[in-house]
Amino acid sequence: MAGIVVSAFTIKVKNDRQTFLTQSDTLQPPERYGFGRVATEREIAMLDIDVRPDGKGLPPGQGNSVRGREIYIAKCSACHGATGVEGPNDRLVVGDTTLVKSRRVKTIGNYWPYATTVFDYVRRAMPFNAPGSLTDEEVYSLTAYLLHANGLIDAKKELNAKSLPQVVMPAKKYFVPDDRQDGPVIR
Amino acid sequence: MEIEKVNKISRRKLLGGAATAAVMLVQTASGKAVQAGFTHAELDDPTKVPGVLPGTLGSRSPFEKPVKAPSSTSSRTPLQDLYGTITPSDLHFERHHGGVPAIDPAQYKLTIHGMVQKPMVFTLADLKRFPSVTRVGFLECSGNYRGADDGKIRPQEICGLTSQSEWTGVSLSTLFREVGVSSKASWFLAEGGDSAVMTRSIPIKKGWDDAIIAYAQNGEAVRPEQGYPARLFLPGWEGNTNIKWIRRIEVSDQPFMTREETSKYTEPVADGKIRQFSFTMDARSIITYPSYPAQVEKGYIEIRGIAWSGRGKIVTVEISTNAGKSWNTAVLQEPVMDKSITAFRFLWKWDGSPTEIMSRAVDETGYVQPFLKQLLAARGGNMGYHFNPVTAWAIERDGRVLFRAT
Ligand code: HEC
Repeated sequence: MAGIVVSAFTIKVKNDRQTFLTQSDTLQPPERYGFGRVATEREIAMLDIDVRPDGKGLPPGQGNSVRGREIYIAKCSACHGATGVEGPNDRLVVGDTTLVKSRRVKTIGNYWPYATTVFDYVRRAMPFNAPGSLTDEEVYSLTAYLLHANGLIDAKKELNAKSLPQVVMPAKKYFVPDDRQDGPVIR
Repeated sequence: MEIEKVNKISRRKLLGGAATAAVMLVQTASGKAVQAGFTHAELDDPTKVPGVLPGTLGSRSPFEKPVKAPSSTSSRTPLQDLYGTITPSDLHFERHHGGVPAIDPAQYKLTIHGMVQKPMVFTLADLKRFPSVTRVGFLECSGNYRGADDGKIRPQEICGLTSQSEWTGVSLSTLFREVGVSSKASWFLAEGGDSAVMTRSIPIKKGWDDAIIAYAQNGEAVRPEQGYPARLFLPGWEGNTNIKWIRRIEVSDQPFMTREETSKYTEPVADGKIRQFSFTMDARSIITYPSYPAQVEKGYIEIRGIAWSGRGKIVTVEISTNAGKSWNTAVLQEPVMDKSITAFRFLWKWDGSPTEIMSRAVDETGYVQPFLKQLLAARGGNMGYHFNPVTAWAIERDGRVLFRAT
């Protein structure tokens, strides 16, 4: 069988298996294959919707909680409740937690470490039934409303690319990177 | 002509009852059978009728009905109904945050940009032109533990957000070289093309190590529920980071702190801390036979199950048949692969007295699967993501098998 398979190479290789294995017909990988094409700035801009904690990616525009509350009532309250605590979907405002049994309340005001995440997430994924339909101004306003309802900013505070990354989130100090390691210790 | 007719009718016979069977026999060449006055039971003898001709697609026997267990956000693999280690693609668990998108492969694009020499766009055909890699690996959602006080819970509900496939695609490192990822880059953002536009930040090292942009699963195109036409596959890492329907990768020098790595997929641990970026899936195992709702009889029982670890290979699975008082070593079924599900078995003779059986996985780093109590103690009493406790099954005197928390 070996004779059949290797016939193309055997002339040079003789019986040295090692030599045979290294002398396959596979080329060394090139630095680049040249498949695909360069992405244009325009097409990257259309896709690049992420916002980092340092504010990179935040668009121009601004909004405050007064305007945000109106949008919230119209576009969000059906799923998140009149004041953001009632549901049926995720609770968005800490509010009064004394009535909540068993499960710990984890929401923007007491669990989210970065305010920029509110903007990023609402712009990309909400409202759930019409994701990606909000204007940047609407997202700034909704972010302001949610941060204000959680007691983190004043009702009149204007949020924009500069002020949003500066909002201090109380839960940030609790976050620690994964400390589990390979080996026997249970963490 | 005659054969054609027989074949059509025998197809019907497979689905239908005795009436069609009788008609079929009258019309076949073997009219002899009918004249001989066979009983109904004999008519059902498959050696007495020609079978179905070759077809274009195979299908499961109508007698086999394994199904996933869906909720509004996920659907669980019926672990107790499966054999070996590969999950049939249509039974692979599902977890998505905005439904399964319909993506036309001809329109599909993967864009890689950010800290790269040359931002690039790859079509599906481009991805397939690159050298391909294939590996087996498990996928597991990190929110994959449930129990039940009355014990009436199947492996499917306990940890059915675990499945395994053979994945084929292009190494992400190949694409990283193609775009020229900067040596200063430390993270990348992976983004899906679903309605959640799912995003996770991944350390760049994982991208260079063993990440795959997978376009095939178990020998065919990736299933829509699994990210068709292409997904990120990160061996051993929590399910959510394996971004499905991947449309964009942005190379960066810091994480993006997306909702899925802050509000979700983080776990409260001891001292009021919240653990973040817990990527690796810890070692785990579960006995899938016998398990609820099976009922067993006295005598020989082959205890069977699966074990896996995101840190490497499984080296040992220990079995206790006396509620953890003593432990024996199970036989591991070859092949035992890196960051993959390994099947184990252990022959046991049950004497009929009530007891508890359980399995405990040990991986090549020396990690030993903990009991629930140990996990709770290590995490300040908090439950949450990355819960991989030993699962026990109580065997009742009457042979019923019920879940027990450990
Ligand atoms: C049709 C129902 C629906 C509507 C309308 C809706 N949401 Fe949601 N929202 C959801 C669901 C469902 C989730 C959870 C999604 C998931 O699990 O990934 C969610 C999650 C969220 C979260 C993340 C919560 C967390 O703790 O992680 C935020 C913030 C949010 N929505 C804001 C909004 C805003 C702002 C609007 C209005 C523009 C809105 N939603 C409209 C259903 C809805």
